[in-house]
Amino acid sequence: MGLDTALHEIRRLDDLAAQDTALHRLDARAKVLVTLAYLVSMLSLGRYEVSRLLPFAAFPLLLAVQGGVPLGLLLRRAALALPFVVFVGIFNPLIDRNVHLTLGPLVITGGMLSFTSIVLRSLLAVTTGLVLVAVTGFDQVCRALGRLGMPTALLVQLQFLYRYLFVLADEALRMLHARVQRCAKNSRPSLHEYRALLGNLLLRTLDRAGRVHQAMLCRGFDGTMPDLRPTSRFGLAEWRFCAIWGLFLLAVRILNIPQHLGDLPLYLAAKAGGLFPGVLK
Amino acid sequence: MSHHIVELKGLSFHYPDGTPALDSIDLTIHHGESVGLVGANGAGKSTMLQHLCGVHVPQTGRVRVGDVPVVPSTLNEVRRTVGLVFQDPDDQLFMPTVAEDVAFGPLNIGLPPEEAALRVDQALAQVDALHLKHRPPHRLSGGEKRAVAIATVLACSPDILVMDEPSANLDPRSRRLLIELLRGFKHTKILATHDLDMVLDLCERTVVLHQGRVMADGPTAAIFADHDLLAACALEPPLRMQGCPLCGRCN
Ligand SMILES: Nc1ncnc2c1ncn2[C@@H]1O[C@H](COP(=O)(O)OP(=O)(O)OP(=O)(O)O)[C@@H](O)[C@H]1O
Ligand SMILES: [Mg+2]
Repeated sequence: MGLDTALHEIRRLDDLAAQDTALHRLDARAKVLVTLAYLVSMLSLGRYEVSRLLPFAAFPLLLAVQGGVPLGLLLRRAALALPFVVFVGIFNPLIDRNVHLTLGPLVITGGMLSFTSIVLRSLLAVTTGLVLVAVTGFDQVCRALGRLGMPTALLVQLQFLYRYLFVLADEALRMLHARVQRCAKNSRPSLHEYRALLGNLLLRTLDRAGRVHQAMLCRGFDGTMPDLRPTSRFGLAEWRFCAIWGLFLLAVRILNIPQHLGDLPLYLAAKAGGLFPGVLK
Repeated sequence: MSHHIVELKGLSFHYPDGTPALDSIDLTIHHGESVGLVGANGAGKSTMLQHLCGVHVPQTGRVRVGDVPVVPSTLNEVRRTVGLVFQDPDDQLFMPTVAEDVAFGPLNIGLPPEEAALRVDQALAQVDALHLKHRPPHRLSGGEKRAVAIATVLACSPDILVMDEPSANLDPRSRRLLIELLRGFKHTKILATHDLDMVLDLCERTVVLHQGRVMADGPTAAIFADHDLLAACALEPPLRMQGCPLCGRCN
């Protein structure tokens, strides 16, 4: 995926965030809080857990459906993160060879389990983050974090990161295009060229940062970001949202739902066996 | 009213890498004047304007705005008086949405949010950009960014308006709108630009900068009529003064 397409997809997130659904209207703090709780409860599961992660997928999927976020976009974006995730976990199967389960010829080791677990978790976390931004908007997420107590300095960094991501990426694109224009054949940049491009980009970024800061000072910046928007209220809808998803998280975190589902036929069978002794023999 | 006089005396400036940008500039601009600052690329226009609101502090010489010398301790005061529109709008638009960006200045002066919101609407309407109010700046076209950047400064209602290439990237209609807008702005204004026709429309006085020096300073019509001077400074007369392209005379 090229830089242009990546940028385009981020812009798509902006468009999605500008929608007006019940979920979008919810105070951003509710969505941020639930997402944080979600991440904590999912990431704190044991390292070999795989099946217990599956019910967690319900949260991002339901939110996406409710907030009109196309699942295709989510999957594509999540797939983008996949190589990094795989790279992080790739050595697990080699290091941890303790056998956890044998299914005939198939031997499942601890490393294989933890690898699958890492990949699943990361995909869930990335998807949930994307959905949060798509149903809230990046600046609203930042603002909510601020109202929830995140230090202003960090917050401003985050806002600027997002704003200047586009400027920076556009600058990089322009340089790449300018390079392609002057190339005889459509060759990939050499290592040397890459180094020059990156160095140039870094210098431009530093210059830009200096000028932006000056522009802010010229308009009276004194270290705090003023806030224009009327602050929304944490009302009934927000409490309901938190309560419902809170209960859900509690349930999937404490109960082993897949296990219970798996046990259900046995349980029914046992019940049946109790009623009709001899049938199950 | 000596309050809004801008005075530069013996101002010289080198960039940290040693590039000389300004060479003993002497200039006085009076209250209510509208001055065009012209010169080739790299002549030092932007550098000079940046001295007026304290982006650069004088290395040699001095700069005074009203009764206040521009030194590090007076920058807050100077910046309330002088509003600078930067050459690159991306430097000036850093908030998540256009409305918040325009409100940034007024809120920093300490206006209550309702009043700031009012100023946002006014300033955006002035540059015909009210429809962009809720857009994020990174989704605007070059000219739209320019219009909004101008609005961010108008919203601060500065006494002295300083603009670096205000008409660059604007389509003809927006450019015309900007000229009308600036014509209505009765305070002191200083415009650095390559749009000499705009200078002809707006500024009774023109300062020609060349390689960091003031080469000429006088009534706009006289300066643009001096073809030798313009040629020496790598400039051309405004299109409107170049005569008809067909017969070379009418116009
Ligand atoms: N950040 C910088 N570091 C070093 N030198 C600089 C820097 N910015 C500008 N210069 C140099 O200072 C001189 C004056 O530049 P300035 O930007 O003031 O010109 P300008 O008249 O605004 O030109 P333009 O019409 O292209 O905007 C030029 O020689 C330029 O190369
Ligand atoms: Mg310039």
